[in-house]
Amino acid sequence: MSQVLVALRKDALLQWRTRGRFVAVFVFGATALLLFSFAIGPNAGALRQHAAGFLWLALLLASTLALGDSFYGEMEHRALEGLSLLPASPVGLYYGKALANWAQLALLGITLVPFMVVLYDAPPGRGLALAGLILLGTAGLSAPGTLYAAMTVQVRGNQTLLPLLLFPLVVPVLLAAVNATALVMTGDPMAQLRSWTLLLLCFDLIYASLCGLLFGRVLES
Amino acid sequence: MPGHCKLFSPMATAAAPLTDASAVSVAGLEVQEVSKRYGARWALVRVSFRLAAGEIAMLAGRNGSGKSTLLRVLATALRPDLGTARVAGLDVVADRDLVRRRVALLDHRSHVYDVLSALENLEVMARFLGDAALDRGRLMAVLEQVGLADRAGDPVAAFSAGMRKRLALARVLLKTPGVALLDEPYGELDPPGFRLVDDVLDGLRRRGATVLMATHLVERGREHCDRALVLAGGGMQWDGAARHLATDAGLAG
Repeated sequence: MSQVLVALRKDALLQWRTRGRFVAVFVFGATALLLFSFAIGPNAGALRQHAAGFLWLALLLASTLALGDSFYGEMEHRALEGLSLLPASPVGLYYGKALANWAQLALLGITLVPFMVVLYDAPPGRGLALAGLILLGTAGLSAPGTLYAAMTVQVRGNQTLLPLLLFPLVVPVLLAAVNATALVMTGDPMAQLRSWTLLLLCFDLIYASLCGLLFGRVLES
Repeated sequence: MPGHCKLFSPMATAAAPLTDASAVSVAGLEVQEVSKRYGARWALVRVSFRLAAGEIAMLAGRNGSGKSTLLRVLATALRPDLGTARVAGLDVVADRDLVRRRVALLDHRSHVYDVLSALENLEVMARFLGDAALDRGRLMAVLEQVGLADRAGDPVAAFSAGMRKRLALARVLLKTPGVALLDEPYGELDPPGFRLVDDVLDGLRRRGATVLMATHLVERGREHCDRALVLAGGGMQWDGAARHLATDAGLAG
């Protein structure tokens, strides 16, 4: 546990020192939201209907940039290898990085919500519930995304490879997050929110457990 | 399977520094028939040698002769494909984490974060090593030792290659290793930096650490090392007392 906290502290410091990148990722996500709204056109009903889906698509696309960047500094002078040789625990290194990425993606999601509300004329619904869903959904992106970012960071063309590997894996997370977010925003007459939220939580736990176990292998290779 | 290419000189055999006493004690480093390949190319071919605990040896050889690969195998950054290597009696594959606790590697890459300052880099390392290592006074003393105390708060991105090498040396000193593996420690340094490396080697010797140092500076190596190993084409070409190593041994032609 202490190694997780040490790694989290290190990754939080690295993210703070490179916070300019977060602004770039946020602008990318906001631009994606804007372009999706152009694709729908000035139909307020259709915009509102698709708001949740486009929010999560924008977040997914922006997250690949953030996740890909998260290992760049680790590889530049083999800093991550240096920590492994101390030796630092691979499990600690993984969960520290995944938690820092999670915090970054959750912040990104929460800051994109006002843009979605304005651009899609969407009801924000219950703010706390929406924030909770963004936390759960971004955990499901961060857990496998951190593992795949580590796997692809040294591969040429990694900016293409990361989404190719990540997108199919996070389809269940995306599906549950979009449906649950839509229910929070537009109402839940059939009481389905609980089921989607539980599904999201299950995938978060599965991904976080499996990826934590596999990270050591990725570091070795 | 690679061919066997050990080429010991008669002088090396006569000058072998191992004594009977060191042969029975736990060796600092013990390498037996280690081979390592990258794809189809063998970078190390059946390399064998033994360093007694506390012995300081230089590793010479031309570019691409396998020096860095050997050091990375001993530091557990790479797994050997064949053979066995032991560090302080511990197998580099089976006891990897225990080996890592005893070894410090000075690599071609500095193992530091560009966006953090020199002090923050050492703090990150110290936190992973445990609370005992996280003493601000000690971290500053190490930076003072490598000549970076006045730049402790500057981001590493602003450092020259030589300063980065000094910071990498600080990482080695902070770990206080039983075995130090130094890959081109004099590389990129200025003359005061050379003296710094000499001091580091002297300090490691006083502490009884085993040191294997890859270098092209044969004169410097002869001055500070007990033993010399010369690699050629991935195989051991020469093994003997450092003072008997010719200035251009294994490096010419």
